[in-house]
Amino acid sequence: MVEVQNLHIRYKEQKDFALHDINLNVEKGELFGLIGPDGAGKTSLFRILATLLLPTSGRASVMGLDVVKDIYAIRRKLGYMPGRFSLYQDLSVEENLNFFATLFETTVEENYDLVKDIYIQLEPFKKRKAGQLSGGMKQKLALCCALIHKPELLLLDEPTTGVDTVSRKEFWDMLGKLKKTGLTILVSTPYMDEASRCDRVALIQNGKILSVDTPKGIIDSFPYPLFQIKSKEMAKLHKDMIESKLLHSAHIFGEWNHLVFNDGNTMEQLIDYLSLKGHTNIVWKEIAAGIEDCFIERMRDL
Amino acid sequence: MRNILYIIEKEFKHILRNRSILPAIFVAPMIQLIIMPLAADYEIKNINLAIVSGHYSSETQHLIQKITCSGFFKLVKETSSFEEGKELIEKDQADLVLQIPNDLEENLVKEKKGKVLIFVNAINGTKANIGATYLSSILKTYNLEFIQKEFGLTNPVDLRYSNWYNKFMNYPFFIVPGVLVTLVTMIGAYMCALNIVKEKELGTIEQINVTPIKKHEFILGKLIPFWIIGFFVFSVGFFFIGMGIYGIRPLGSILLLYLFLAVFLVAVLGLGLLISTYSQTQQQAMSVAFFFMMIFMLMSGLFTPIESMPNWAITMAKFNPVTYFIEVMRMVVLKGSGFADISGHLLKMLGFAIFFNSWAVWNYRKTV
Repeated sequence: MVEVQNLHIRYKEQKDFALHDINLNVEKGELFGLIGPDGAGKTSLFRILATLLLPTSGRASVMGLDVVKDIYAIRRKLGYMPGRFSLYQDLSVEENLNFFATLFETTVEENYDLVKDIYIQLEPFKKRKAGQLSGGMKQKLALCCALIHKPELLLLDEPTTGVDTVSRKEFWDMLGKLKKTGLTILVSTPYMDEASRCDRVALIQNGKILSVDTPKGIIDSFPYPLFQIKSKEMAKLHKDMIESKLLHSAHIFGEWNHLVFNDGNTMEQLIDYLSLKGHTNIVWKEIAAGIEDCFIERMRDL
Repeated sequence: MRNILYIIEKEFKHILRNRSILPAIFVAPMIQLIIMPLAADYEIKNINLAIVSGHYSSETQHLIQKITCSGFFKLVKETSSFEEGKELIEKDQADLVLQIPNDLEENLVKEKKGKVLIFVNAINGTKANIGATYLSSILKTYNLEFIQKEFGLTNPVDLRYSNWYNKFMNYPFFIVPGVLVTLVTMIGAYMCALNIVKEKELGTIEQINVTPIKKHEFILGKLIPFWIIGFFVFSVGFFFIGMGIYGIRPLGSILLLYLFLAVFLVAVLGLGLLISTYSQTQQQAMSVAFFFMMIFMLMSGLFTPIESMPNWAITMAKFNPVTYFIEVMRMVVLKGSGFADISGHLLKMLGFAIFFNSWAVWNYRKTV
């Protein structure tokens, strides 16, 4: 559905590649996640796939069509939701939807079943100007507009950035439903916890793809035993652990520190060290790695 | 083709819903058109005159009376000291000082000749120029009368004026058509440029660009609404204000004006489009458009005749589309020129239209 080969992009007046040697394959019907921090190159890749940006070198095709040569054929069959809200703020919900439907030479009625679940939530506000909607509602409207012409491939560029946790969950539930209709969805996000909702995930950083795997594959491939630990003074604990030189890595996850030992070092050594430093109420446990642990570990390797 | 209509419909929704743009497009030009011609009147009255004369003979009195009766001058001071007269100019209380020597009458009687002196405060060049011209023409008449009286001569050459095309030198007749052109220009270039850049700035162009809509459809959909608005503003300005308020009855064909307007609008909309392709934000577009507007207005012959500009400026004015439309307006409205008279202007305007639009489209095409 999406094929990317040796894709590079370098912006004018910049020395480094914004995207460097990207290779990617997304299968039909997949919900594919592109995960990486801000500035990793997610939006650049999406804009190339959406025919808004020309690659410096390399090839990319979506739905079997070349993103440079078959621009108009692609646009007819592609749904794209930019990271920034890009609908007309001074047009109403209804008017925005109708406008984009007509540009695709279709009508809202014709493809209503596809957007029904989402549009029902917007219906009470259909006369309201898009600019006056809440953040979550804006996202839903944007998704409706991207779906209104029954696309084969949906590109969502950071749809959940700046959206509250409940709306984020709802949004992913909607994507799950859409996937069931056979739609291929490529979605980017800076939130690692969302990766588990995808069929496969590509991790992207500094314009390079670090790995592509299923969420389970990523977790299974975590190479070290992982521990979590907490004590009374969390900030000091983290600092002391790093100074102990016993650890390969230590990261704060909420109330816990996740840590991996250097070869040969053990938890007993660390507890002794921390006791010397005056820590009390130390609680620890060996745990299975989550997807975030895996990403952080992979980014360290870079 | 259908897509263009949808875009046009959308554009009108944007324009009609925007509470700050709407008055800027429809009301502001009308107010400007009403106010500017009334204020910017070159006929100068109330020129402040001081007279320096130590000796008020009957001849002097006669001369002063002639001057004050003309209605152009306000006699601010009569004094015997030249120093005081000079001071009045320095304090900007007098625009002109007329010095009449004490022995004017004596000299006139004895030697049949006398001298008077005019000092002009030339800070405001127009006022100085016109004031001095008025004053010297009064003195000339006085001179003539004196010659006739003393030597019994009649005037060998009888000079008479007849003002063609604007018989009563009615200033609004001259300026209103010109101001109307600049207003139409502003709406075309400004609004069009800002409108397109706004889509870039807000990011809405991204969503438009992933639809199958063609570039030319998008551009036409953007230009046509402002083309229509240009016609609307021109018509309201022409019929309601020009004809209604100022009573300007065009001698030539109004249809001819509309023909020229149609081409002219394409040219200025092309300029607006061009500006928009080089700007990323509305602020940038505004600054660039403002730069062009100032040059277009000041170098269009709207206020100062192009012929009196230096050569390089005349050359520049030839590359200004506004110049041609102002000329055509005055030709058709005041002189009743026909198609043959303005066909050269029309061709040049077609050239501008093609030039700006091709450049704009060429530059717009470079982006995906």
